[in-house]
Amino acid sequence: MARFIVRRLVGMVIVLFAVSVIVFLVFNVVPNSNPAQRLAGKNGTPQLVKSIEEEWGFDDSLPTQYVTMMKKVFTGELTSYSPTLPVDEQIAERVPATLSLSIGAAIIWLFFGLLLGYLSALKPGGWLDRVLTGVSIAGISIPAFLLAPVLIYFLTYKLEIFPSGGYVPLTEEPWEWFTHLILPWFTIAVLSIGFYSRVLRSNMLDVMNEDYVRTARAKGLSERLVMRRHVLRNSLIPIVTLFGLDFGATIAGTAIITEVLFNVNGVGSYAAEAISKYELPPIMGVTLYGAFFVVFVNALVDIAYAYLDPRVRLGASAR
Amino acid sequence: MERLAADERGPWRLALSRFLRNRVALAFLALFFLIVVFVLAAPLWADHVAHTGPNATHTLEKLQVGDETREVVTPAGLPIGPQWFEAGGKFFLGADSRLGRDEMVRLMYGGRTSLFIGIVSGLITTLLAIVLGLLAGYYRGWVDAVIARVLDVIWSLPVLLFGIALGISLAVGGLKIGPLEISGGSIWIPIFVICVFTVPYMARPLRGEVLALREKEFVEAAVAQGAGPLRIMFAEILPNLASTIIVFFALNIANNMLFEAALSFLGAGVQPPNSSWGTMITVGEQLLNTQPLLAIIPGTMILLTVLSLNIVGDGLRDALDPRSKVRLEAHAGMVEPKGTTV
Repeated sequence: MARFIVRRLVGMVIVLFAVSVIVFLVFNVVPNSNPAQRLAGKNGTPQLVKSIEEEWGFDDSLPTQYVTMMKKVFTGELTSYSPTLPVDEQIAERVPATLSLSIGAAIIWLFFGLLLGYLSALKPGGWLDRVLTGVSIAGISIPAFLLAPVLIYFLTYKLEIFPSGGYVPLTEEPWEWFTHLILPWFTIAVLSIGFYSRVLRSNMLDVMNEDYVRTARAKGLSERLVMRRHVLRNSLIPIVTLFGLDFGATIAGTAIITEVLFNVNGVGSYAAEAISKYELPPIMGVTLYGAFFVVFVNALVDIAYAYLDPRVRLGASAR
Repeated sequence: MERLAADERGPWRLALSRFLRNRVALAFLALFFLIVVFVLAAPLWADHVAHTGPNATHTLEKLQVGDETREVVTPAGLPIGPQWFEAGGKFFLGADSRLGRDEMVRLMYGGRTSLFIGIVSGLITTLLAIVLGLLAGYYRGWVDAVIARVLDVIWSLPVLLFGIALGISLAVGGLKIGPLEISGGSIWIPIFVICVFTVPYMARPLRGEVLALREKEFVEAAVAQGAGPLRIMFAEILPNLASTIIVFFALNIANNMLFEAALSFLGAGVQPPNSSWGTMITVGEQLLNTQPLLAIIPGTMILLTVLSLNIVGDGLRDALDPRSKVRLEAHAGMVEPKGTTV
């Protein structure tokens, strides 16, 4: 297990390096106008462009430029230019909102996805099964920017069940925090509920054909015990990997759009605000931190996977 | 006897007849064509019914409906609601914002942009993926190592985040590669961004198939006949990838349209004054309380287009390879995470 973890962490560091190089390429090397001009944004004054040019050393060799960029991002020197604010502090301020949104959504989609998947595997071909097939196809196609306006219009404006938009910190008013986040949570979760229930269902149908399930039945275990102890547990293992990838992708993807739609002042809204002002430094910061977070989560998931399924780590160390 | 007769038809004819029997897929194919006709009819509607362009503003104008005069935009900045055919087709869906642009005309022209970006980026992605997949799978060794590694890295990136980063970086400065120069506001910028980040989703599975096909006897036979690498790749291996490519192409367009909508919604895709369904949602969302249709209609158009492409793609897969459905179900636990998570 220790060997597996070390190998995985080394792999993670390599990917982190690759990711940071891509960010560097996107912002500093992309062949077009003067990079300082680009960083200053569409409304950058000549003085600003000149000072950025000196600060970032765009005349230096590419490796030196790369080191300068990384130093700026991780020592908190990266600032937005209108108004001048340190990017890392701005991001840190908004992380709780983004995490509340993503973690809450993840809990909801896991709970309902697994519950419905379990129920439809008990009766494959039943009505629940067929409904969920439809839901998962629709879920892949419904974009958040259709679902959210519909939910907001009917549930917030017409029926006035939920408060409109915004984010209330959990530490200030837990109940308000909860009611403000219900709609955003479901907007993210609905798409995954159908998908996860389908995956769990087909995993379970696979596992039900395994010899050890027949053995468990043969030794007289009750059907319920067979399903929960043997079938469900073994079917959950692949879900761990899937969940890790999706959770990372949610934070660095769907959450951005959902935050904007529901006015949740999180990291995604911060990025969207920067986009509307054509300001690059905040986007550089968000991209780099976001990508690092995703890579880190993926590594954690792989380690958890290896812990749950010995075949993975044995296979890896035997190589 | 009848079965035998059926089997004498070629595989493509068989696939076609299987597809034609799939009523649901056919219905959604028809829907997709309707949407294409709808957006292609944009100039006709604009010239002959609405008598205005997609970017023409009508802020201070008044609309004559029967004996009544209606303001296109109220002094408070509220745009007029849907008029349907009351004003002879003008402002059929109302005006878009305080700028007073005709929502219906914008919807049709915006749809052109969205579909154009989706289809063109789908074509480019497919071509790139075919070339990369063939090269990596055929030559193996270091060629494969380099291509596979690069694809893996791009594949592991959070697509939307990097799409935003590249999209906004290019939107500010434009793109210059040698003689090729794209200005920051061009719709080729989002096409370029989408291609860069979606190629792995198609190239990786194709590479896998090529790796497997390369071991087959017919490739050995071609080598024995003295066929060169180009002929083997494009004349021997490529035809065997056709069914995979067709299915991926349909699904890829759907995925690219969602990607474009997400980028445009956030402002990192199609730049004003151009519009797409994504940017229309951004504008419409501001008035959700009073004019909900402004955000919901473009969203619904995206849903219908993407849904029809997904269902047609699934139907094609069933028709071209009837076993694939079974295979997918059996390996659903290994299914890769959804492409663009939007």
